[in-house]
Amino acid sequence: MGNSNFKDGSSLEDFGIEYAPAIESTSLVNIKDKYGLFIDGNFVDSSSGKSFKTLDPSTEKPLSVVTEASSDDVDRAVRSAGVSYEKYWKKMPGADRARYLFRIARHLQERAREFAVLETLDGGKPIKESRDVDLPLAAAHFFYHAGWADKLEYAFPQRKLEPHGVIGQIIPWNFPLLMAAWKLAPALACGNTVVLKPAETTPLTALLLAEVIRDVDLPPGVVNIVTGAGETGSAIVEHPEVDKLAFTGSTEVGKLIHRSAVKRNLPLTLELGGKAPHIIFEDAALDQAIEGVINGIFFNQGHVCCAGSRLLVQESIADYFIDRLQKRIELLRVGNPLDKNTDIGAINSLAQLERIDQLVKAGIDEGAEVFKPSCSLPENGYWYPPTVLTGVQQSHRVAREEIFGPVLVVQTFRTPEEALEKANNTPYGLSAGIWTEKGSLIHWMAERLRAGVIWANTFNKFDPTSPFGGYKESGFGREGGMQGLTAYLKNSGGHS
Amino acid sequence: MPTSTITFRETVSSIKVIPVDEVSLEARAASLATRSIKTTSKRAALHLAIRCMDLTTLEGADTPEKVASLCQKAKRPDPSNHGVPSVAAVCIYPEMVHHAVEATEGSNVKVASVAGAFPSGLSTIEARTADIADAVKRGADEIDIVLNRSAFLAGDEQRAFEEIVASKDACGKAHLKVILEVGELGSYDKIRQASVLAMAAGADFIKTSTGKIPQASSLPRVLCMAEAVRDFAQQTNISVGIKAAGGIRTAKQAWHYLVVIGETLGTEWLSPEMFRIGASSLLNDVLLQLNRLDSGSYSGPDYVTVD
Amino acid sequence: MTGKIPIAKTYKLFIDGAFPRSESGRTFSVNNPEGELIANVSQASRKDFREAVRAARAAQLSWASRTAYNRGQILYRVAEMLESRKIEFVELLKSIGVNSRSATREVEDSIQRWVWYAGWSDKYSQVLGSVNPVSGPYFNFTVPEPTGVVGIIAPTEPSMLGLISRLVPAIVSGNTVVVVSEGQSSLTSVTIGEVLATSDVPAGVVNILTGDQKDLLPWMVGHLDLNAVDISGISPETDLTLLEETASNVKRVVSRQVNEESLELISDFLEMKTVWHPIGR
Repeated sequence: MGNSNFKDGSSLEDFGIEYAPAIESTSLVNIKDKYGLFIDGNFVDSSSGKSFKTLDPSTEKPLSVVTEASSDDVDRAVRSAGVSYEKYWKKMPGADRARYLFRIARHLQERAREFAVLETLDGGKPIKESRDVDLPLAAAHFFYHAGWADKLEYAFPQRKLEPHGVIGQIIPWNFPLLMAAWKLAPALACGNTVVLKPAETTPLTALLLAEVIRDVDLPPGVVNIVTGAGETGSAIVEHPEVDKLAFTGSTEVGKLIHRSAVKRNLPLTLELGGKAPHIIFEDAALDQAIEGVINGIFFNQGHVCCAGSRLLVQESIADYFIDRLQKRIELLRVGNPLDKNTDIGAINSLAQLERIDQLVKAGIDEGAEVFKPSCSLPENGYWYPPTVLTGVQQSHRVAREEIFGPVLVVQTFRTPEEALEKANNTPYGLSAGIWTEKGSLIHWMAERLRAGVIWANTFNKFDPTSPFGGYKESGFGREGGMQGLTAYLKNSGGHS
Repeated sequence: MPTSTITFRETVSSIKVIPVDEVSLEARAASLATRSIKTTSKRAALHLAIRCMDLTTLEGADTPEKVASLCQKAKRPDPSNHGVPSVAAVCIYPEMVHHAVEATEGSNVKVASVAGAFPSGLSTIEARTADIADAVKRGADEIDIVLNRSAFLAGDEQRAFEEIVASKDACGKAHLKVILEVGELGSYDKIRQASVLAMAAGADFIKTSTGKIPQASSLPRVLCMAEAVRDFAQQTNISVGIKAAGGIRTAKQAWHYLVVIGETLGTEWLSPEMFRIGASSLLNDVLLQLNRLDSGSYSGPDYVTVD
Repeated sequence: MTGKIPIAKTYKLFIDGAFPRSESGRTFSVNNPEGELIANVSQASRKDFREAVRAARAAQLSWASRTAYNRGQILYRVAEMLESRKIEFVELLKSIGVNSRSATREVEDSIQRWVWYAGWSDKYSQVLGSVNPVSGPYFNFTVPEPTGVVGIIAPTEPSMLGLISRLVPAIVSGNTVVVVSEGQSSLTSVTIGEVLATSDVPAGVVNILTGDQKDLLPWMVGHLDLNAVDISGISPETDLTLLEETASNVKRVVSRQVNEESLELISDFLEMKTVWHPIGR
């Protein structure tokens, strides 16, 4: 697994120096045998008695049993949220809502390592990411929005602001806790109550967050967390007393929700898929651009909607850049997600692994050349090596469809116009990356790229103050920043 | 002026200098510093750090006795443990060279001398090359000179280049290390440019700092230089060494440098021939860590020698 | 009658700056409240709709890339032209049954509204955008950008103010539009098109189709090259399941019963773009 190979085929290990398998202790995580649904401030059983297993994708070993919420359970949760909205939350001064959010943020900070380890166990992402990215950002989102709760009228002067009421929120498995924070913090700050459904493969950190919510004495029913798969999600989407829906996930499911909501004129925000162009000009700071490309596609195993999955490199430097990139990929450490030295963890589920594999095979069938490093993969669990497909044409499936895995497709361009044309030639529009040392070119490109987030000379950076969200089929509405509040306030403008 | 056939126009201008982004470079260096090392590998790493060390004293108050004492420590860092290797070199002023040559005789420890109006480099090139030639004549194996930052920053890269060429000539067989004094260059772009310039002019090593200004070596600066070395090797087939100097005081820092060099340049650079750490107090921290590995308990400063 | 026999105006479609008849050759009649024929109006087909979207898409980038100041100037000039044709619009509204006082007020309000939105061209970005204090060495800012091509179902009532209230907030930021206008309101819509045709608004920025919204709505919601639709003007009898097709390309769907000047109507057709760049040497 430790595969620090150099160009001469040797490695630090050969030299007698090995990186330690620095395994994060799991002792501070207490995983229960079974988890109930978090409704009206309590953990409760399902009316149907159904449940499902959640497992560690790096070992395929079951971690716990989680309750599957039936439509009756969802109904209970929505009613609880509705009652709580009228009884507590709507009347509560913003300053008091702020205090609850501050409390949640502090608890997240205090229990950060526990959350990080649980996130890594349940989802397969490297501990260094859950520890250094997911957790600090999740806490920061609660802090940031806490401050807004009593200042909303400064963000939108001269508007008749109003919360929507009960918000139905459905989140994906790639950043389970962080997406919960992105959804809950602004909704609560703006005075809404919530029914949240985490993804069926990664429910545990949301359920631990439910404990935090209970520990901070948030009034019962303000946040309800129901676990389950598609059917549970549908029950939320279709529930007549949900006043607004917010969804993060695949474009495919997003469109189904869009269909359902639009005919009822139900407010909706969607954060969907992407196929982000990552554009490298010949004058770029190439060593840093390599790091940016690596981070852009291999961060969180490429399970990132804004991943820089389409590398567009200027033809004049393509050979050099791809050679450098492949050497750099050889240094990536794939393996135990709990190892602090691990760069790439496990694929989140068997279904996702199969999808990645199928798309890469399709790419090879269409004529792409494949590069995979010489690393070995663990025998158990779901793994996919970091992969680069070269010789990819704009018409290839792998250049158009979201792979959502550690797979980079490489294309070249000659001029800024060509880069732009290829970059924008996609139904998606979530993010894009540009690397050049020429300031005016950055602005020229940034202005013309049809994407909601543009990273220039950096990639995959997130912040609660920075609005995030897509153009075109990548969805609508923003999360984060002042603009993100519009999703949870009537009459504030924006898509809500 | 230089008898060398290398000309500025043919070399520097033909070598592509890639720009550097500060924020991302520093983030990469910081992420390399989070790698943890296996306990069983720690001894090898600590020994490597010692073997790559240039034990340094560059004080106006240096005396023959001080230098003799330093050389003793260089040859046998831990008198109680013969398993601990000697350091790569001692680094001293030219006036001290013959004392050091005498004190290291019969050992593997090389004698490195700063020369050429160290640390500013601001005397005539004739005076500087004479200084270099004198140090070599006294027996120095390695010469550490400074880049003419005055010329480099004023835009006279050709002069800076040609002075290095001349210095290299004056070195004869001695190895030439060129100190860029990275803390004075103002940006990573300039560090990378200076690295390329010095390598093209014939430096055997490029070195971060004199140790005489507060801004000295840092992980991202060495990473920046290592990336220049890597590209230079690829473009010219010439492998140039790197010396990190100034502010490196702990075994952990030394380990971070080894990781940066190893991950950027490969294992062939993890040897005293290609990598050096210039330091004075670092050695004792490395020895303390070795003691801890041997005894299993934490050691104290009284258990290593001050010189 | 003492004068010559009046020449009646032919109400045609407004696509890409020109006034074609419907490719289908069909028309529908608009009568006054007394039941007398005012005009035969071209009835747009799905192919006309397709052409209109094509024209709007072709015009969008260059319209959006004009300076905000320039878009403002062009739109102010339209207001001036409306002002000079005030009497014509009042008469037109009267002909479809609006009483004289209301017609005068509607025309005046319409011009005022046009001016109000035109003035936002170089301001909404400052009000809705931001510089974001991210936690790290990055400069980070958010700017609003136009969504792209917008389909608008024009409100039938009030015909002039209703259309202008939807049209101008969409185009002021650089969107281009395809308007579907039906019934009596078609007359006002086409006449506004005539004003635009002689203005500096580039061809294709505004396209106006007259016809039956229930014929054209299915094509509008399903068209993959439309980025957004404003359905605020749909008739109450519309089967809303029709709207499901807006999901086919994740269209922004706006349905907002706002009848006053509103910044929100501008933001309805904006996308927020956030740009990051490191701060370093």
